[in-house]
Amino acid sequence: MAHLIDRRLNPKDKSLGNRRRFIRRVRTAVKKAVDESVRRRKIADVDQQEKISVPSEGIGEPHFRHASQGGYRRTVATGNKKFRTGDKIQKPRSGQSGQYGREGASEGEGEDEFLFVLSRDEFLSLFFEDLELPDMVKRSLKEITAAKPQRRGYTASGTPANLSVARTMRNAFGRRIAMRRPTTAETQSLMQQVEELEALTKPDEAQEAELQALRDKLDEIQRRRRHVPFIDPLDVRYKYFETRPEPAANAVMFCLMDVSASMGEREKDLAKQFFVLLHLFLKQRYDKLELVFIRHTQVANEVDEETFFHSRQTGGTVVSSALEKMKKIIEARYPPSLWNIYAAQASDGENYRGDSDLCAELLIEDLMKRCQYFAYTEIVDENEASLMNSEDSGMELWRAYRQVAAAWPNFAMKRIARPADIYPVLHELFARKSDGVTNG
Amino acid sequence: MADRAAAGVPLFEGAEWDFEKIQRSYDAIERVAIDDLKLDVYPNQIEIISYQQMLDAYSSIGMPLMYRHWSFGKRFVHEEQLYRKGAHGLAYEIVINSDPCISYCLEDNTMALQVLVIAHAAFGHNHFFKNNHLFRQWSDAQGILDYLDYARSFIAQCEEHHGEREVEQLLDAAHALMPSSVFRHRRPPHTSLADERARQRERRIEEERAVHYLWDAFDHPEPSAKADEEARKRKREMGLPEENLLYFVERHSPVLKHWQREVLRIVRNIAQYFYPQRQTKVMNEGCACFVHYHITNALHGAGLLTDGAMLEILHNHTNVVTQPGFDAPNAVGINPYALGFAMMQDIKRICTEPTEEDREWFPDIAGSREWREVLKDAWANYRDESFVQQFLSPHIMRRYRMFTLADDEGDPFYTVGAIHDERGYHELRDTLARSLDVSEFDPDIQIVDVDLLGDRCLKLHHAERNGVSLDARSREATLSHLQKIWGYEVAFDD
Repeated sequence: MAHLIDRRLNPKDKSLGNRRRFIRRVRTAVKKAVDESVRRRKIADVDQQEKISVPSEGIGEPHFRHASQGGYRRTVATGNKKFRTGDKIQKPRSGQSGQYGREGASEGEGEDEFLFVLSRDEFLSLFFEDLELPDMVKRSLKEITAAKPQRRGYTASGTPANLSVARTMRNAFGRRIAMRRPTTAETQSLMQQVEELEALTKPDEAQEAELQALRDKLDEIQRRRRHVPFIDPLDVRYKYFETRPEPAANAVMFCLMDVSASMGEREKDLAKQFFVLLHLFLKQRYDKLELVFIRHTQVANEVDEETFFHSRQTGGTVVSSALEKMKKIIEARYPPSLWNIYAAQASDGENYRGDSDLCAELLIEDLMKRCQYFAYTEIVDENEASLMNSEDSGMELWRAYRQVAAAWPNFAMKRIARPADIYPVLHELFARKSDGVTNG
Repeated sequence: MADRAAAGVPLFEGAEWDFEKIQRSYDAIERVAIDDLKLDVYPNQIEIISYQQMLDAYSSIGMPLMYRHWSFGKRFVHEEQLYRKGAHGLAYEIVINSDPCISYCLEDNTMALQVLVIAHAAFGHNHFFKNNHLFRQWSDAQGILDYLDYARSFIAQCEEHHGEREVEQLLDAAHALMPSSVFRHRRPPHTSLADERARQRERRIEEERAVHYLWDAFDHPEPSAKADEEARKRKREMGLPEENLLYFVERHSPVLKHWQREVLRIVRNIAQYFYPQRQTKVMNEGCACFVHYHITNALHGAGLLTDGAMLEILHNHTNVVTQPGFDAPNAVGINPYALGFAMMQDIKRICTEPTEEDREWFPDIAGSREWREVLKDAWANYRDESFVQQFLSPHIMRRYRMFTLADDEGDPFYTVGAIHDERGYHELRDTLARSLDVSEFDPDIQIVDVDLLGDRCLKLHHAERNGVSLDARSREATLSHLQKIWGYEVAFDD
């Protein structure tokens, strides 16, 4: 007699602990691959799962085993077509191991690379690693469920918990009227009359007949009441919920970057991490998120992401050109009444002399009114960062932006030298998450 | 049920399975297995699992419970990767040598496949596990699940007390030595810790009694004969030479703590449990294939399986027992399923309709005895190597057009030795049998000496066979693992 067991509902991720241990084991290699892929990927695609290949050193499982070549070996093969005893077959050149004598090579060994897929969650964890995000933020960024159930009318089927009493009673009421169900008051008054007549000790003929008539009528009424129930399954209505993205709104994120020669690879990587983090954050909150890339030297232009990060341009630096460009794009395509506007600017802090005041004015008078949030990062050298520990000192652009920050609370600025410095820039934004964000 | 069978109403129609159909089919299969084939099986426990659970089971070497280690995670991501890419499908079943015998069936199997799988695993493998002498002697089917449960919780506890990293390093080392840590020739000692302690105590008392302090104080010249004598005595006391590396380290390592010794013991016990399986691949699979083939044919003959279901079963059966030639693009060497199945079908043929040749080669079974008895006797008393040596018939060698190849170092050619002709049969059979012998493909490594009072250097010896040396890279890596748990120098004596 067999014992049949359905195990399908048992937990299926029994290997999760092992998987976690494995990833920890190959962490340095994986981390490198993740950083590499952040550099390679488009901002909007960063949080996808990723195929990772790690060198098989460090995850090898050595055993004592026989060498694959050498010695005096005898094997049996099948499918002989034309060989006779004593025939000789040329061995393949050394280096490529022949078909024979491979016994003992266990799976996975000998391969130089080990390929596997990192889930979105694991990928983000590694990406966040040196950003030093608070745990709350990490968790909320990893959440995919931006959708929330919303009330959307009624339905005839559902769970008791969603029963809509008011709607059900209303339907029942309408049906009772339509089917002419005798009311309780009607029945009771009739019953009372019957009782009164029955109470008479000596009823005359007319009263007898009346009693009989009333009784018949009462029976009829009670029969009708039975046939037309107070609440019929037909009347029952449930509240209906539909999952909708929350909040359903549009946002646009402007990435502004100085691409003059002073911005090297390191600066651009930092800038990208900064943009990615902001993008991840906004993606959680907006149904539709567009990206606009504006790069500038002494002139600004809108470019695609590839050009933005990878192509070089030489020239001076006029920051206000980028802000002007942004203003024009907003006016042309993103009316603030329909779009939530976020902007992130990365620069090494250099600017054409005299231009910085213009920038500050542009921001204070115009752009900040339209923007939800504007984050400015000045990317500095690690050595410099320790020297410039005062917020007040700095170059012209920095000083000009200090005025903006004073005037507008939703303007954030920070110097960053390491990935870990990025989060504090956006700190306020994340902190404000609980407040309403819709813009008029 | 009985009248159903008599009427020949099919057990099921269509591809979908449900529990009622499975139960009904199981009963029918069981009747054939027990009444016709007279199989002797452990009680069956059949579990339906999803593909993720199958992947989980894959990565923990097929066992339902296993302790945690990164290498299982590696196997998991590897298998998952292959499965996602569609590079290979999953096994239809996994069967565990335990009492009750647990078989996992994949939920994606069609009903016809479930029948195949139940006949194959729950009766074929199950009978083999219960009756083959290697399994009976060397693995403990009753205790294995409890033992794994214990192992899992013990190792989890160690991780809690000593940190995951430390346990991981220890397990890395233990896993590296796992294949070289089975008792091949003698039965594993079944002493409990208490017995062990008691014996050690007795031994110490005895030694103390034997020491004569007075004589000992004077007599100190060290002639070389005496040094030899001492070395011999030392080796005898430690049971050297020792083929089971982890067993020796567990008992004699000067640096390990108690919990570490226990972990090594767990790992080598698991290695020992799997040892019979490695010696009986051909027989085990052959037995399972023979049984499912016989049972499904019997069911089909009685009208219990529809033609459609039978075709599907045959299609899968054929895929499994294909033996591609050496030059085919999917060549894999000898396919144990194919060889085992073919030989067992052949035994049946020899018993029932022998040729002159068979009478000459197998005088004691040809045409004379009941094939069921012959097969059951073979399943019980042989392992791959001896099975081939005993039962490989010229018929099979001709059918597969076998030939031997010699690959000698320094020779630019492979040389064809025997082919399937009168002169070659014996050599072919011998060569094939030898190539299935575990002692042929497992390196023979033994611990030969260690002076615990001296430099404590652990000396290993690799007994080379046929001039095949150890793979140099993995040898060094494995040695360094051994060194970690031994605590002192480790070296080969060559």
